[in-house]
Amino acid sequence: MPAPRSTPRLRIQPLGDAALLAELGTRLDTALNTRAIALATALKKRRDVRQTVAGYASVTVHFDPDQATHDSLAAAIKRLAAKRPPMGEPGRLHRIPVTYDGPDIDEVAARLQLSRERIVEIHTRPIYRVFLVGFVPGWAYLGPLAEELELPRREVPRTQVPAGSVAIAGRQSGIYPLSTPGGWHLIGRTSVRLFLPDSDPPCLFRAGDRVKFFSTQA
Amino acid sequence: MTAVLRVIEPGLLTTVQDLGRPNAISSGVQAGGAMDRFAHRAANLLVGNDPGEATLECTLRGPQLVAERSCLVAITGADFDPRVSGAAVPAWSTIRLGAGERLTFAGRRAGARVYIAVAGGVEGQRWLGSRSTNLMAGRGGHQGRALRPGDVLATAGEPKTQNVDRQLAETLRPAYTDRTLYAIAGPHIKRLNAEGRGLLFEAVYTLSPNSDRMGYRLDGPQLVTAGDELLSFGLVAGAVQVPHGGQPILLMADHQTAGGYPVVATVVSASMPIAAQLLPGDEVRFAELTIERALQMRTRQAQALATLITPA
Repeated sequence: MPAPRSTPRLRIQPLGDAALLAELGTRLDTALNTRAIALATALKKRRDVRQTVAGYASVTVHFDPDQATHDSLAAAIKRLAAKRPPMGEPGRLHRIPVTYDGPDIDEVAARLQLSRERIVEIHTRPIYRVFLVGFVPGWAYLGPLAEELELPRREVPRTQVPAGSVAIAGRQSGIYPLSTPGGWHLIGRTSVRLFLPDSDPPCLFRAGDRVKFFSTQA
Repeated sequence: MTAVLRVIEPGLLTTVQDLGRPNAISSGVQAGGAMDRFAHRAANLLVGNDPGEATLECTLRGPQLVAERSCLVAITGADFDPRVSGAAVPAWSTIRLGAGERLTFAGRRAGARVYIAVAGGVEGQRWLGSRSTNLMAGRGGHQGRALRPGDVLATAGEPKTQNVDRQLAETLRPAYTDRTLYAIAGPHIKRLNAEGRGLLFEAVYTLSPNSDRMGYRLDGPQLVTAGDELLSFGLVAGAVQVPHGGQPILLMADHQTAGGYPVVATVVSASMPIAAQLLPGDEVRFAELTIERALQMRTRQAQALATLITPA
């Protein structure tokens, strides 16, 4: 029998009187994210829990204070977090066509001293993981992005980024689902719709899904 | 259902709101809903509705509405000096509007948001489990947008009763004039230095003009946070975030669902109605509270609302 997994980094803190934040770790890590998603799913089944949101390495739990206390839920989270996460099925794979002609691609190429073609090659190489869906409707944080493409966010964010823009920042990639302000580097665009307001759930990607970009020019 | 109110003039920003749509936050859709949940619930109970029916949330300036038929309405939250056919009417009370009568507001005297309930509930597009208007997505409520002149509102269902005459005692209403927001220490409070922790619960902050249903940017002493960048996590209304510049942001009903700035405090649910009635230029102070005291405040508000539920 394997020993129960220890969870030395588990921190459970109140987020007001009707929610709490359970942090499983501080690293951008697929295994931690898998555990966060499994924990969010397990907690969601409890009657005293109203809603859960899996973060990169955390779970935000909204609960009914008439049915549960911070202490009772914290105890339940500790029990659940100590369990080996179920062997989750691999998330659904989405193939996303991208036209790599974003307004920032030449600047990105210059700063990284790479050719445009090389950026396309590196960006289309991995299968990205959907770490977290959130921020605005339909936005998904995808990663990890290859180190060769790592850049800090733009100094001055754009006030308006067109919907469908494919962007990178840090070790992450993402697609703007709506026309919103944004500070990431825009390297391409896709016609795939991420935010599906007339579907439920209203989002193409779910936490744990996998995403592969391919160039429409190839 | 049948038409009940026609919009002559919509006011500055009047939207259909209920208790929000928490079920889609894991798709990044804001929970939304009424900013002042106490006033929203009270307005519904005053006309015999369930507290979760939709109401109209009117920001800074009230609308002009005409009753298409006789109906019961209630006005709660901010004080915009409500009038029926020109005569002053009491807020936090059941009011009967006769067919053709006009509900207007003479002008804002206190607070930021008025709630108008109508018996039977305000009809609106139900999107992902809620009638609340989501302006970013253009969904929910009245065609996914704020009200415009000429809009006609219907009731969602039959009024539960025609015979209700209620009032919420003044002592049971939120103390809107006391601009203290009680808050529980947040998960990242230790990222503030000792001075910052002192400032957070001592300093006076002013709502900047850059404040809306998503959140309030607060002008005042800078809070300096230390430590590596956080990985993004799920956020809640009431969270006090500290971005790099050190000017805190109080997240409100339409807040983004996830973010990575440190959360140094969370305003308790019983103080959110007070926060909902603040406007740019207002001064606020945070006061630290234990979870036990927060739950007591929550219970007291529930008891105040329960006085509006008279046995049938």
